[in-house]
This record gives sequence, C-alpha cells and structure tokens, in this order.
Amino acid sequence: MVIMNEQVAKNDVIRQLQKEVLSLQGNIIPTADQRWKTALGPIEKAFPNSTFPIGAVHEFISNTQENTAATNGFISGLLSGFMKKEGICLWVGTKRTIFPPALIAFGIQPERIIFIDVAKSKEVLWVIEEGLKCNTLIAVVGELQELSFTESRRLQLAVEESRVTGFIHRYKPKSENTVACVSRWKINPLRSIIEDGMPGVGAPRWNVQLAKVRNGKPGSWDVEWTANTFRFLTRTLAIPELETRKAG
Amino acid sequence: MGKRFVALWFRHLTTDWMIRRRPELSDRPFVFASPERGRMVVSAANIAAEAKGIMAKMVVADCRAILPSLEVLDEIPGQATKLLRAIAEWCIRFTPVAAVDEPDGIMLDVSGCPHLWGGERPYLIDLLQKLRGFGYDVRAAIADTAGAAWAVCHFGKVKPIIEPCCQLEALLPLPPASLRLEVETLQKLEKLGLHQVSSFINMPRRALRRRFGDTLLLRLDQALGQEPEIIHPIQPIEPYHERLPCMEPIRTGTGIEIALQQLLETMCQRLVDEGKGLRKSIFKGFRIDGNIQQIVIGTVRPSRNVAHLFKLFENKIPGITPALGFELFILEAPVVEDIAIAQETLWHTSEHDDVAISELLDRIGGKVGMHTIHRYLPDEHYWPERSYKVTTALQEKPATDWRTDLPRPLYILPQPEIIEVTVPIPDYPPMLFIYKGALHTIIKADGPERIEQEWWITGGLQRDYYCVEDEKGGRYWLFRSGHYSSGEPEWYIHGFFA
Repeated sequence: MVIMNEQVAKNDVIRQLQKEVLSLQGNIIPTADQRWKTALGPIEKAFPNSTFPIGAVHEFISNTQENTAATNGFISGLLSGFMKKEGICLWVGTKRTIFPPALIAFGIQPERIIFIDVAKSKEVLWVIEEGLKCNTLIAVVGELQELSFTESRRLQLAVEESRVTGFIHRYKPKSENTVACVSRWKINPLRSIIEDGMPGVGAPRWNVQLAKVRNGKPGSWDVEWTANTFRFLTRTLAIPELETRKAG
Repeated sequence: MGKRFVALWFRHLTTDWMIRRRPELSDRPFVFASPERGRMVVSAANIAAEAKGIMAKMVVADCRAILPSLEVLDEIPGQATKLLRAIAEWCIRFTPVAAVDEPDGIMLDVSGCPHLWGGERPYLIDLLQKLRGFGYDVRAAIADTAGAAWAVCHFGKVKPIIEPCCQLEALLPLPPASLRLEVETLQKLEKLGLHQVSSFINMPRRALRRRFGDTLLLRLDQALGQEPEIIHPIQPIEPYHERLPCMEPIRTGTGIEIALQQLLETMCQRLVDEGKGLRKSIFKGFRIDGNIQQIVIGTVRPSRNVAHLFKLFENKIPGITPALGFELFILEAPVVEDIAIAQETLWHTSEHDDVAISELLDRIGGKVGMHTIHRYLPDEHYWPERSYKVTTALQEKPATDWRTDLPRPLYILPQPEIIEVTVPIPDYPPMLFIYKGALHTIIKADGPERIEQEWWITGGLQRDYYCVEDEKGGRYWLFRSGHYSSGEPEWYIHGFFA
C-alpha cells in the first residue's frame, strides 16, 4: 500500500516537473478562454497537455499543387476556429494562390485577412516576423520555400513574446531540414465519399499527417471538412452522413 | 507715423486663376456660371468674354446668343474666397497685416513697410509686378485710410499713390459708389443728381444723416480718417516644421537617431496640443558639403505616436549617407489630418487593436511598399476573376455578402492553363485530362456551371465549369471555353479545391 502511494506521489512529481519544463520551453498552457476551439479532437491528444499549442510556429510542407490546396484548406479550417468572433490574420507570400471568395467555405470572412504579396522570400520572412511580433493579430500564415533553423528560431522567439500563432507553409522545400517549429504537418487530399450511388464530388477530405511534434506523439488521421468543422474518420468508416456541401 | 493702407482689387479673380491652370483658355472667351432660380447665370467672365459684351449676372442663354462659341464652366463655390485667402497669405511677405476684403479684394496695412523697398512707389510696383506675373489682373492704391485706398483702387483715374493727409482731395472727384455704400443709398444719391463725392461732402451732416442714414456718414468718416476702421488680418497656419541645428557635424547613426527622436517629440507634442496627426513626414539632413539627404514616410491613418513614427523612420536611416556630417536636421509634416477621438471600429475590434494593426501595416508598407498590402471585398459578378475587388481602406466593410452557394476552389491559378482532355459529348465532364504531362483519370464530377461573359464589360466565350476528382483524391476546377458547335472548344484548368 505504501509502495503504491509512493508511486502515485512520484508520478505527480514527474507530471509537475514535465509541466515546468514545458513552460520553460515556451509551451504555455492556455487558460480556458484563451484556448482555441480548433475542433481538432483526437489530434489535440498528440500535443503535450493535449492542447493545440498557440503562440507557437507550426510548419506545413506540401509538394504538389493538390497538396498545397489541401494544406491551405486545413490551415483555413484551423484559423476559422479562432477567428469566429473577431480578429485579423495576415497571409504573407510571394505567389498568392488563395482565391478569396473560397475562404468563406472554411468559415473565414475573407475581408478579415490582410494579404501581403511581396516579391522576395527575404521580405516574406521580415513581414512574418513583424506580424508575429504584433500581438493584436490572431495568426500569421507565411508561404515560403526555404526556412533555415536560425530563421525559424527567430520566428519562435517572436511568438514566445507576443503569443501570436504562426503557420509556415513551405511549398517544395529543397530539403526537409530541422527547424525550431513545434510541429510539422503534411496534408494530402483523399478521395471524397458521397452516399451510395450518388454522383458528384463530396466534401473535402484529407489525410493529416503530424510528422513531427515537440514533446508529443506524431500520428496520422483522416479528416473531413463538413459543416464548418473537422470530422474524424476511421479508415473503415467510409461514408459519413450526408451534409449539405459547401464550396471549397 | 500715420497709417498707410494698400487696397488690391482683382477684377477677374476666378477667370485669371482658371487661365493659370489651363493656359489654352487664355485667348478664348469663357465664363463661370451657376444656377440661379432655374437659370444658369454668369458669375464671372474673362477679359475676352467681356470684350464681346458678356458681363457677370447675365443669363447664359443670352450670352450664347451673343457668342455661340462661348465656353461655360461650372462655378466652383467658395473658390474666390479660397483664392483671396491664399493670395493674402502670399502677401505676408510684403506686410504682416493682410486681410481678405470680400468679394474680390485684399486690404494690406503697410504702415512702416514701404521704406524697406525704398519708398511707396517701388513697393507698389514690386507688389503689382509679382501679382501680374502670376497672371492676375489687379489694381492697387495706397492711402492713409482703408476706405480711401479702396475708393482710389476701384475708381481712381489719376494716380494710385495718395500722399499722406491728401485723401480728401483724392475723394472729391470720385462717384459715391467709391464710399462702399449700399445699393439703396446709391440709388437715392443718383436720383438726386449727386454724382460725385464733392457734390454732397459739404452738406450739413444732419441733413445727410436724415436723408441717407448713418452709414453714409460712417463711410465718409472712415475714408477721411476721422473714424477708425478695423480690418481683420488673416492668421496663416504655421507650417509643421521643426529644426535642429547641430553644434558639430553629426556622422553616426546614433547621432541621427537622437536628433530624429528630439524632433519627433517636439512635433508630436504640437500635434497632440492641436488634436491632429500626421499622414506624411519628411526628415531632412543638411550636410556640411551642401547636399541634402532626406527620408519620407507615410502612414495609413493620422498618427502622433513618437515610438511608431520613429520606427518608420528608423528602417530607412541606413539609406542616408552622412559623408562629412550633418549640420542641420529638419522635420516637416506636409500632410496633417485631424484625429477623430471616437474612431470607427475595424472589424469589431477595439480601438487599440485598430491602431496597432495600422501601425503594423505602416511598417510593412514602409519597408516593402504599400502596393503589396491587399484586402478583398465581395463584388457582385459571377465571372470568377471579377467576383472580388481589392480595397486599400482598412475600414471599408463589405457592401454585399460573400456567396456561399457555389463551389469555388481555394487554390486558383493566376491564369487558366490549357489542358488536354478526353471527353464524351455533348455536355459531360471529361473522362481524363493531362495537365503538365501528368494524366488524371476522373472518378467523380459535378457540373457544369455555366458562367457567361458580362458583355457590357468584355466580349468572349462563356465558360462551363466542372469540379472533378481524380483517382488520387485531387480535386480540380476545369472549364470548357465555348460551345461544341463552333469547332473544337478548348479546355482549361483554373484551380484546385482543398
């Protein structure tokens, strides 16, 4: 009995220490009202404290145009969760591919996103950093090709101060080098599924791969975007209930 | 020393200004006209028009009967006052006391000024030459009183300079209108045959008062200098301009920053006191070798925040070269606007957020250019490329809702790209398509959604859009351009769905 109690006490101490270490690493547990309603369900379990980290930089990698569209869709879905009430986002890139009217299908009012389309990737980095330092923004999405470790470290330092969340979307990077981001995501489109025998294209469906996550467990999930929220699918469950399809 | 006044009279103020702006009008007759009781009435005519007998207060239709080639321009309300004010401000180089004398004159109190020009004659010649050089048809007179100067300026025929204490002699041959009287009084005088000031000036004051009222006597006394006349000089706005001379040439970045900080603090203090904010600012450094280096910044909204403005300048400080050093710094704010205390909210955020974001955009715009910042609002067009519009204003709200009923791809190509397809006719989606050398077999498809060209904007073929999905799960937005009836229609890919 005594040994059991000791074990429990020891676990408590370890948990406490883990939390402290996490907060020292810049991973601050958000309070209930700060917490983003990302509706990420099972994915959140992969992160430390089972919470999607805000005030951190997330990295997304895509290699084809289909990938890019899916990744942008997933990022938009994430953003919509915490842009619901108010706030402004910055979307920075050199070659903008986003079609503003399509964002509405992901629950984002396009006029609440400020697009910055600059010529050089150095300028993209500068704008991202400035944006991440401005704590009135909700999030900054940056489209880049290359990101060195030093550059990512700078971005991470900026967000630790301001608690803005950054999404770095890298298209066709030369190498998937180590960066100081909390996570690395890869989003691939999956074939949509619609009720038996019905023609037409279904809701957007992706394979979300969390390739790297700091202090968490990487994993892979199948996700569908319906009715302005994420729906998680098991591989066997093929057909979700029919929803009115929105644009996207 | 007695007072001396100069009266200036612009006989064709607005038309001269128009000729200054559009020199091609100089020898063509034209008039300014404004509607009055349902007719267009001439408010000002230029010299060429007056030569043909067209005068102010004539009806435009009558003028056109006299001169069919007459050009009629809309009168700009308040333009004359604005011009007079600007000219009066310009006149401050001749005397510190300059007043606007509505509707077409300027009154200068030049007491103690003409000797700087070597006398009243060269003074007046210089003033008139400069004004005439600008193209204004101007007359002037100088006298002991404002009234006498005005009278001689408008009606004098002998000489424009009335020696001190000689205004009585100058006034005697002038008509009663030179006393700035009301129309009724003038009509009465005319009716009684009093065509000159000399014919009634010696009448008993009691009789004059009984017949013509107090105004006549007051005006007479003012013109003769027996009654004081107050003129209201204009108060020019002091330019937003701060100077900082240096004891020794400044060569280091830190030194420049300290100078900038000091200048900004004084400038912003003044802006705070006046409830204004600057939209544009120029920081100039005067080098000891005579070269001038400058930095220009602009802001999205009026700002008087030292830290923010400093940051905007700071980014550009490396761009100036001190060489041997700066001896003088000047900070100017050419564009200044009022700061509204209660500001409109931007996307339901608090005012603090609003300012922070504007400041962020200022920084970004200052570094990479304002043209890189875009915000989009819905536009009521079906044609995809026109379904949204760019706005530069941060406060602008959507006039209409975004459409949600039509599928639109998240990823759009800047230009639709041509693809090869295998497609059953007439109106089926393709079975497969080749894009950038890769073959995509289509499993699922939606459509077509026909979007016609808006003929009032551009001509061209309509598009039949299909959303399709291939065997790997990629979702695409394809369209066929035109009908099958007119030959082989081309197929394009326009976007990727998420």
